[in-house]
Amino acid sequence: MALEISINGVTKQVKASGDTPLLWVIRDELGLTGTKYGCGISQCGACTVLVDGQAIRSCSTPIEALGAGKVITIEGLSADGDHRVQKAWQKFDVVQCGFCQSGQIMSAVALLSQKPNPTDADIDAAMAGNLCRCATYARIKVAIKEAAGLSTTTQKG
Amino acid sequence: MANSRDLAPAFPAALPVDVSRRGFILTSAAVAGGFMVGCAPATKAGEAIKFGDFVRISGDGTVTVVAKVLEMGQGTHTGLAAIVAEELDADWLKVKTEPAPANPLKYYNTFFGKGFMLVGGSTGISNSWAQLRDAGAAARSMLVDAAAELWKVPASQITVAKGIVSHANGKTATFGDLAEAASRQKAPQKPTLKDPSKFTLIGKQDLRRQDSLAKTTGAINFTIDVKPEGCRSAVIARPPKFGAKVKSFDAVAALKIPGVLKVAQVKSGVAVIGENHWAASKGRDALSIVWDYAEAETRSTADLFAMYKEKASKPGTFSVEKRGDAAAGLASAAKVIEAVFEFPFLAHATMEPMNAVAKVSGLGAEIWTGSQAQTFDLINTASAAGVLPTNIKINMLPSGGSFGRRAVPDSDFVVDAVYCAKAMKDGLPVSMQWSREDDIMAGRYRPMTVHHVKVGLDAQGKIVAWQQSTISQSIMAGTPVASKDKADSSIIEGIAESPMIKAVPNLDVTASHGEIGVPVLWWRSVGHTHTAYVLEHMLELCAKEAGVDSVAYRRTVYKDSPRHLAALNLAVEKSGYPARLPAGRAYGVAVHESFKSVVAQIAEVSIVEGVPKVHKVTVGFDCGIAVLPDQVRAQSEGGLGYGLGAVLYSQITLKDGEVEQKNFDTYETLRMADMPIVETHIVPSNNAPSGVGEPGTPVIGPAVANAVLKLTGKPTFKLPFKQA
Repeated sequence: MALEISINGVTKQVKASGDTPLLWVIRDELGLTGTKYGCGISQCGACTVLVDGQAIRSCSTPIEALGAGKVITIEGLSADGDHRVQKAWQKFDVVQCGFCQSGQIMSAVALLSQKPNPTDADIDAAMAGNLCRCATYARIKVAIKEAAGLSTTTQKG
Repeated sequence: MANSRDLAPAFPAALPVDVSRRGFILTSAAVAGGFMVGCAPATKAGEAIKFGDFVRISGDGTVTVVAKVLEMGQGTHTGLAAIVAEELDADWLKVKTEPAPANPLKYYNTFFGKGFMLVGGSTGISNSWAQLRDAGAAARSMLVDAAAELWKVPASQITVAKGIVSHANGKTATFGDLAEAASRQKAPQKPTLKDPSKFTLIGKQDLRRQDSLAKTTGAINFTIDVKPEGCRSAVIARPPKFGAKVKSFDAVAALKIPGVLKVAQVKSGVAVIGENHWAASKGRDALSIVWDYAEAETRSTADLFAMYKEKASKPGTFSVEKRGDAAAGLASAAKVIEAVFEFPFLAHATMEPMNAVAKVSGLGAEIWTGSQAQTFDLINTASAAGVLPTNIKINMLPSGGSFGRRAVPDSDFVVDAVYCAKAMKDGLPVSMQWSREDDIMAGRYRPMTVHHVKVGLDAQGKIVAWQQSTISQSIMAGTPVASKDKADSSIIEGIAESPMIKAVPNLDVTASHGEIGVPVLWWRSVGHTHTAYVLEHMLELCAKEAGVDSVAYRRTVYKDSPRHLAALNLAVEKSGYPARLPAGRAYGVAVHESFKSVVAQIAEVSIVEGVPKVHKVTVGFDCGIAVLPDQVRAQSEGGLGYGLGAVLYSQITLKDGEVEQKNFDTYETLRMADMPIVETHIVPSNNAPSGVGEPGTPVIGPAVANAVLKLTGKPTFKLPFKQA
């Protein structure tokens, strides 16, 4: 019994069983590899995608729980990497290894859709579930403020 | 694969014809319009011309720099590209990088020697510096000679800028125009290098990382993303204790899971291979395995620290540095400070858990992975697959972090993939992926370490005696280069080289190799992770005892070490130290040299719910010439963030031999709210580039401890700060 999921604006039939985490359907069945596996238990945020605009951890979301929820992955954010959040990331060279950054960007997009002018505390709270072992956090914060159109202080010395 | 940057230009080769200005315009038009103009191209479309082993130039003028080291996040590939582009006077926007093939006789680390294709010790840029400057300058010289011949003018009258070769008479040509003719020129034996004062790219602020776009769109492929034709997914059930082995297993239930293809015993445990990762994982959960613990490590962390502390209370097996009479110096000292430091095991916990894709067919093998040490991975793949190293192809991918973890002398995660591929017996590729639990529980940790230190001060607070006994596992033990008659340098690096230690008249530093059945490895900044902490925290205790300000005491200790002084003074000047801070905050100061770079950090710290909170860190960073200053700052931020997470929260502990931390819920690391503001100031330098990725990591621990000492009056001898 095939399930249907709406992903990046397209409805897809998937063969995976209903208990399969969305992450593995996105990656292994739909071939969208921008969303990453990092922990499998909602602790690191590398698998973050949007469902109806909310950031969720796809590693712990069985596809049968999605219902009619519309999924957006990093690939669905923009055609050319020019979403304002992506552009802010590029401007400040936020990335290092880059493995967590799809998840970071999706969490940031969700934050800005709910709080267009986030404070430092808002950012700390919204991004608390996204680990970055390269510790790019300071630049993530700067980039989120840039994307929000808030004045930023860069780390340049 | 998306990461192997496509060399083939999208356009036909450019013109080899009279490259006058008109020719250049025509060529530009051809490139822009995507059609071919003029006579037969010198090269087939897409075929780039080699200038030695590191530089290729294609007809459209694209310069490809062959990168021999893993891009694990530090922006190294962009830095390598900048070095070549600088000497070549290339158009930065037309310079790309491509991973080198695994060939240790050609692409070895120049500091480690022929055959050693690996990167570590923060040598990615530094070991390539001279090599790539030569490569870029040689190619430039050949392009100039080709233009001189073509235009019948002296080479000395030709200039090169932004990928355009010009003569005062108005003739110009692109690199693409000249590449073929240039390749027939003789390569100079000793190419003339630029004077650093003429650099236009190196040391400039506005060069951006080349991988930012691909890493912000999800387009970049890591090992986890690679699925060559016919690829299946594998996971491995690994023993719960180090040294345990499979006694027996029952695969009946696992094989009933839809999508599970095979269950097979492999070297490290029991592999489940499935059509996809989720099927394989469910299959693994359904396995029932009986383990043999006869040779397993079954002790607990408390026992191990007790054993280490007992051993470190006496002189160690190996003498590290000795002069004068430390015992007599301590006996006659006005004051003795004694400390027993305890450092836990630490996991690297890269964001991408370890993985590799392997294909073994006939006499050859193919690997897809982020390899920090191609030499190890070739040797171990050859042995596991039963093929010659020369019949192995390693497809290099960027890695989701490494911090030392992907340079393993026995290539644990690579051979896991090889054995899974072999188990399938069909010659098709297998993608072997560790779970986060596998990754955190797999060992290869920063070794747990104890230092027992006694320092004697005279009445003026000057250090007159220093006695230290250190115990830690040898990382090199069990490898062909194991240290048998002296201490493994990874245990004690940084101590004897410290200007503070060099000035001690009565010194006795010894070390022992600990024996614990847990595999250990280099972890970002290696031995410095604990030696810097011991040195700089003891120094602070001495300053306190002497009643001298932290910075003033260091200026005395480091008075004959100009690089230490310069980094310290820059950080002090920019930090505002010793200006008053808000109530409850204190400055913590630390300076340390590692990987030939010197880093000074001044941290502003308070204590929140018993754990230090770092608000801001001002950094003075001397890494020689900073090839990409913004990436030096990024590494300063990330390096200290990596160290900060470890000293605040991280530890791997054993209970009856089993690792107690399984995932990021229990192996705690730095999160967004913990990250301080970091201001990095680079010390101007004309020295060749030195380490950048690691030197920031070991300094933050003592900087925080030294601030906590001011806030509470208490030293911190046991890490992490947060104890359960």
